Amino acid sequence: MITTPLTKNVHEDRRVVLVEDYEANGGYQGARKSITQMTPSECLQVIKDSNLRGRGGAGFPTGMKWSFVPMDNVSPGHKYLVCNADEMEPGTFKDRLLMECDPHQLIEGMICGSYTIQADIAYIFLRGEYVKAAETLSQAIKECYAKGYLGRSIMGTNYSLDLYLHTSAGRYICGEETALINSLEGKRANPRAKPPFPQVSGLWGRPTIVNNVETLCNISHILDHGPEWFQELGIGEDAGTKMYGVSGNVQNPGCWELPIGTTIREILEVHAGGMLPGYSFRGLLPGGGSTDFLVEEHLDLAMDYGTIGKAGSRMGTGTMIILDDKTCPVGMVKNLIDFFAHESCGFCTPCRDGLPQTAHILQDMSSGKGESRDIENLERLVKFIGSIGNTHCALAPGAMEPLQSAMKYFPEDFERHAKGKKCNYCETD
Amino acid sequence: MNNSVNSLSTEELSAIDEELEHAPYRSAVAIDALKIVQSHRGWVSDSSIKEIANYLEMSSEELDSIATFYNLIFRRPVGENVILFCDSVSCWIRGCAKLEKHINKTLGITRGQTTEDDKFTLVPVPCLGACDKAPVMMVGDSLHENLTEESINRILEDAAVKGKER
Amino acid sequence: MPTIVIDGKEYEVPQGENILEACLGLGLDLPYFCWHPAMGSIGSCRQCAVIQYQNPEDERGKLVMGCMTPVQDGARFSITNEAASSFREFIIESLMVNHPHDCPVCAEGGECHLQDMTVMAGHRDRRYRGLKKTHRNQYLGPLIHHEMNRCITCYRCVRFYKDYAGGSDLSAMASHDHVYFGRHEDGKLESPFSGNLVEVCPTGVFTDKHLVNDYTRKWDLQSAPSICPGCSVGCNTSPGERYGKLKRVHNRYNPDINGYFLCDKGRFGATYVNSEKRIPAVGRRSKDGLFDAIDSSQALTDIAKGLSTSKVIGIGSPRTSIETNFALQNLVGQQNFCTGISETETALVSACIEAIKESGAKIPSPREIERCDAILILGEDVTNTATRIALSLRQAVRNEAFNMAEGLQLQSWQDAATRMLVQDERSPLFLASPHATQLDDIAEGIFNLSPSNIAHLGYSVASLIEGKKDDAAKKTDANDYGNIAEALLKAERPLIISGTGVTDTSVIKAASSITSALVAKGKETYLSLIYQEANTLGITLLDQGQGPSLSNIFEQGENNSIQTLIIVENDLYRRAAKHKVDKLLQAADQVIVLDILDNETCNQADIVIPASSFAECEGTLINFEGRAQRHFPVFESKHPCRPSWEWLTEIGKISSNKNMLEWQCFDDINKACSESSSTLTGINEVAPDRKYRVGGRKIPRQPHRYSGRTAMVANLSVHEPKQTDDTETPLGFTMEGHSGDRPGELIPFVWAPGWNSNHSVHKLQTGSEGELKGGRSVVKIESKKLIQSKQQVKSVNQNNDQDHFIAVAMYKIFGTGELSSQSPGIIELCESESIELAIEAADKLGVSNGDGVTAHGVNGTVDLEVKINDSLISNCVGIIQGMPGAANINPGEGLSLTRSENWVRRSEIISSDQLGGKNV
Repeated sequence: MITTPLTKNVHEDRRVVLVEDYEANGGYQGARKSITQMTPSECLQVIKDSNLRGRGGAGFPTGMKWSFVPMDNVSPGHKYLVCNADEMEPGTFKDRLLMECDPHQLIEGMICGSYTIQADIAYIFLRGEYVKAAETLSQAIKECYAKGYLGRSIMGTNYSLDLYLHTSAGRYICGEETALINSLEGKRANPRAKPPFPQVSGLWGRPTIVNNVETLCNISHILDHGPEWFQELGIGEDAGTKMYGVSGNVQNPGCWELPIGTTIREILEVHAGGMLPGYSFRGLLPGGGSTDFLVEEHLDLAMDYGTIGKAGSRMGTGTMIILDDKTCPVGMVKNLIDFFAHESCGFCTPCRDGLPQTAHILQDMSSGKGESRDIENLERLVKFIGSIGNTHCALAPGAMEPLQSAMKYFPEDFERHAKGKKCNYCETD
Repeated sequence: MNNSVNSLSTEELSAIDEELEHAPYRSAVAIDALKIVQSHRGWVSDSSIKEIANYLEMSSEELDSIATFYNLIFRRPVGENVILFCDSVSCWIRGCAKLEKHINKTLGITRGQTTEDDKFTLVPVPCLGACDKAPVMMVGDSLHENLTEESINRILEDAAVKGKER
Repeated sequence: MPTIVIDGKEYEVPQGENILEACLGLGLDLPYFCWHPAMGSIGSCRQCAVIQYQNPEDERGKLVMGCMTPVQDGARFSITNEAASSFREFIIESLMVNHPHDCPVCAEGGECHLQDMTVMAGHRDRRYRGLKKTHRNQYLGPLIHHEMNRCITCYRCVRFYKDYAGGSDLSAMASHDHVYFGRHEDGKLESPFSGNLVEVCPTGVFTDKHLVNDYTRKWDLQSAPSICPGCSVGCNTSPGERYGKLKRVHNRYNPDINGYFLCDKGRFGATYVNSEKRIPAVGRRSKDGLFDAIDSSQALTDIAKGLSTSKVIGIGSPRTSIETNFALQNLVGQQNFCTGISETETALVSACIEAIKESGAKIPSPREIERCDAILILGEDVTNTATRIALSLRQAVRNEAFNMAEGLQLQSWQDAATRMLVQDERSPLFLASPHATQLDDIAEGIFNLSPSNIAHLGYSVASLIEGKKDDAAKKTDANDYGNIAEALLKAERPLIISGTGVTDTSVIKAASSITSALVAKGKETYLSLIYQEANTLGITLLDQGQGPSLSNIFEQGENNSIQTLIIVENDLYRRAAKHKVDKLLQAADQVIVLDILDNETCNQADIVIPASSFAECEGTLINFEGRAQRHFPVFESKHPCRPSWEWLTEIGKISSNKNMLEWQCFDDINKACSESSSTLTGINEVAPDRKYRVGGRKIPRQPHRYSGRTAMVANLSVHEPKQTDDTETPLGFTMEGHSGDRPGELIPFVWAPGWNSNHSVHKLQTGSEGELKGGRSVVKIESKKLIQSKQQVKSVNQNNDQDHFIAVAMYKIFGTGELSSQSPGIIELCESESIELAIEAADKLGVSNGDGVTAHGVNGTVDLEVKINDSLISNCVGIIQGMPGAANINPGEGLSLTRSENWVRRSEIISSDQLGGKNV
């Protein structure tokens, strides 16, 4: 039984998996099976049954998302599947690996997904800095056209699909699916108002599904091996495997495909080898820069959507950032807020003008100019910016997650800085 | 359309045309066109904006609105090598701030500046997705991982000698 | 109507609204920025946050944006909940992080929505310790001043400028808290609606440059309800005055016509009122050819004496009120009253009236135009001749979008969502014109044709609609124009637009036949016919084709049968060829001219009399729909000018004209006019008369915060002067009086407690974009009452001679209007007099831009500067109307052109463009 479907082909030295090797290893069987033997609604049912949840961060059930796409032909026109390969969440480095090492897996997943929602055009929205991934994906797309996996009459059926690679010109907000759609349309990447959701009115006003790279990489395997197989891969309530990663001052930072629901402790201590000598663990962001801190007491929790959610954080992208005792949580949060403030698209007030206020307080605090009112002011900002619905999209509420949890778990650091004291571990310029 | 403004090169035009083939309308390839022109000219000048806008049948304002939104479109001249220096959280934990100061000192430039010899421009960039190899930076199209002051010196020397890294 | 609960109280609210609209409609104050009643919601500023509760048990609720939340029956909300009010305060605090505290030197101060909302949201203490961000401002042309530091990034400017008005040269630049609204580089804003930015911007980023340079606060402006005299649309305006100078024009809400927006000619084209070219006194030409100021009563007596003893001709004007023209008509007698409209234009107007009577179509208001879902424009260059209608047309083509949005249960106010859904889908609009127009970007089909071919297109479409099979040309027509006919037939409310601008009666007849065909098919069909001036239709209806035509007057002049000629507010040199006018003015023994600004006709007069402008007198104008509207004097002029109707009445009284002896005031003239013919019945109901009072009080022209009554004249006297009694109108030149609900036609300015900006208009409305609470008189002349001219309608057709170029009339928003083009700011934007040539024609003549050509026509030759217009069809040349040389060429005539060898190219004119931002 395959237990690491996503990385089974990945070479140790991370050289790209060639199409021949990919095919020899069972590649394009999932696509062949679905397109030639299954109806789109059967495919959809399999994905629904598999309990696959979006790997981009929000964890929305993929099958359910797809089921919102209108399947009647009442309004003829294009439908689109878009792969969100705009990996830019601070501390996240899983999609790069999947794309650079095994591009055909993503393309096959996209073919299956497109077939399921009957999209006729698919895009990979790749962040501009991923130069190598752009090369491997372009090459793979060319091979697919040559082999008849893309283009007219795929695998002899009457299903046709064109796939284009779009390399982005930057901006974190493009990772938000409606901002991504605007960017793909050649516009400013401001997120759109919802409703309508992209499944109904997305790219160029047409039904559009946007899925993360890792999510799409799972699709062909699920269709090939069945939902039960996929369910069994997970340890807890969630199904499948997950690309987990660890960065920070640990022995062996890296990214591994593990059963979803593996405990934080196992990921941190077994796979990442524990903390570097001289550093001890203080906390972690479980899934990228816009998730809440977890601390020592949470280490034995399973890394799955429900468990991490109950602990007050989010699994996010599943790539953890470790806070050690020689890093100041105030400085770390300042770094994150600076990032989010700079990456705000500038559309709504709390994000555009609220995050810089937050960043400014943290700047003062970390440079020894903190004032006693700062903590109260930060709490106030968290309250107003930190709730979904107060802002136009989830960027600013996400930005507030590490701040609010850091204030909760590391109050002594904030208090120290609020007294105008400098800190050994913060920049003091 | 007024052709007199248009001085896009044949290479640029054919690359833009390729994008236009699968676009529902001309302005939809605005970002691609900006990137194409930048790849040939290093940056996107005011006159480049006019030329591209003209070719895509949109106003300079509409195009500039897009060009100035995206951080990888350079609306000011840059050096031969653009250093995309990751300053996000994982690299920060691993000491990128100190390394940035090292670059500042070595090249005599801070964020957004270009060296006097036009060799380097330093631009901070969001997380480059190589956090397990932090700190990282890109010089031109090449990613450099597990940076140290020494490795930075070597990378910058190589790039200065080789000229434009592509 | 759904019932919602707000803070424990039940309210019935209109179905389909959002909570913000509903609250404002209920009179509940909820602050907002990005929402606009005409532009809908995008949810960007997050200012209108309220708490929504799931059910009666829910005590915590959830914060939602009022503008993004549809009303639903039973929904429960709180405005006053602390979570909502503290969030709103936080939003203001965030907006103020970078907003400068420059209110004392800001032109928006005192009518700033941001000030109002800051007070309303309760923000006071600044927590942010950082520095404010600053931006560089841009030079945006002579009309609009740019001050980006004040920006709060509500996106309203670009949403208006780009999305609503179709402009492309203003955009949001950059991202995060660096967002900048401006142009790619310095330069004038190109949209003819740019002035609305002044009112759309909730703070002082875009301000009226003329006002900035000669500033008065809103609370110190004296205003009156007025009507824009710039074109035949009749937008409602609110001009403001101080120290005897017209300072600015703001929009005055009229739900049928201009709604919330004016065009730039209307907004910036009224300051000619302050011009140095105002006629300073009653003057008589002395022997040396100069004018001597003379005693007005002596002059009037002299004129009156002349009237009883000589043959008198009066020439009226389509740019002034019905009352002035009526007074002149009474003074000289109907048989001696000429409308002053050229022969050609008279024929075109008659054709329009005939079309309206015959087609059975409805005449839409601009608001109704917005609801039309398929449009065909035959020849009329709407953006230049009836600019505000072009803005309505831009909304009309969005009806397809609203239909599509409805399919997804999106309300039309969900603006961003609707635009993203719909992308470029539009309701069909077809355009036939000899040249490119500023509506081409929204047209589904553009037909560049000569006027006679436009008529052919029209007739073809009509016969396709009728489904006639016998036409041999049918097949090619079906290929070419089948989609137009199909779109019009498919539409629920098809609209045909034409007018006198194309100067070909057959085009108007063709428009009429299309509408007739659509009406015959049972369609709810609309027909808009555009006239060239504010009262063209009015004076035509007054004249009823009884008076002599302008060429008849010229003939009488040649026969030396005119002793006295009274010309009222009409520069004849803009109406007819110079040699004809010269002859006429020389032939008459005595030429009396009443006008506002000095002009060529004045120069030839024996007596000149200063007339009040629209801003200094009362008058009634009839717009393109046949809607009669009243403008009221805003202020008493410093000049010794008086309304023309007053001068004329006085002359009439001295000469014992028995009709006029009875006239004591404006209302008497107006009433006599409404009784004079069945057509004009009702114009006395356009607005309340001078006796109108509310609770015994008049309507004040000044806000109650008006300051400095004494200080204004302190250099003369420290005692507070008595305010002038206004005996002519229901308005007072004071700050005291009734300021509650008033009829719409008597609202001089808008203000409400806590709402100092024009956003306060919602306090006077029943719902957003709704009717005015105080009611509004709507007087429209019914088309069945229109009286057909008794003059033979001379067909104005195009000359199709191969060797000749057809002269096509062209109009420019800035330049064609005699008065507006003399307003500061607009002067800089006026195009110079020129002849527009197609590239082929220019090549054939061997000329390029800036060279001269000599046009040989029926009135002799005229030298004009060449301007190449690559959109013009090759056998036509464009003659810009309203320019001195243009009157020498009759639109439609065949011209032979030669290169002008003696032409001296103009040197580049230095305008404020070259000065950049330095002049302010």
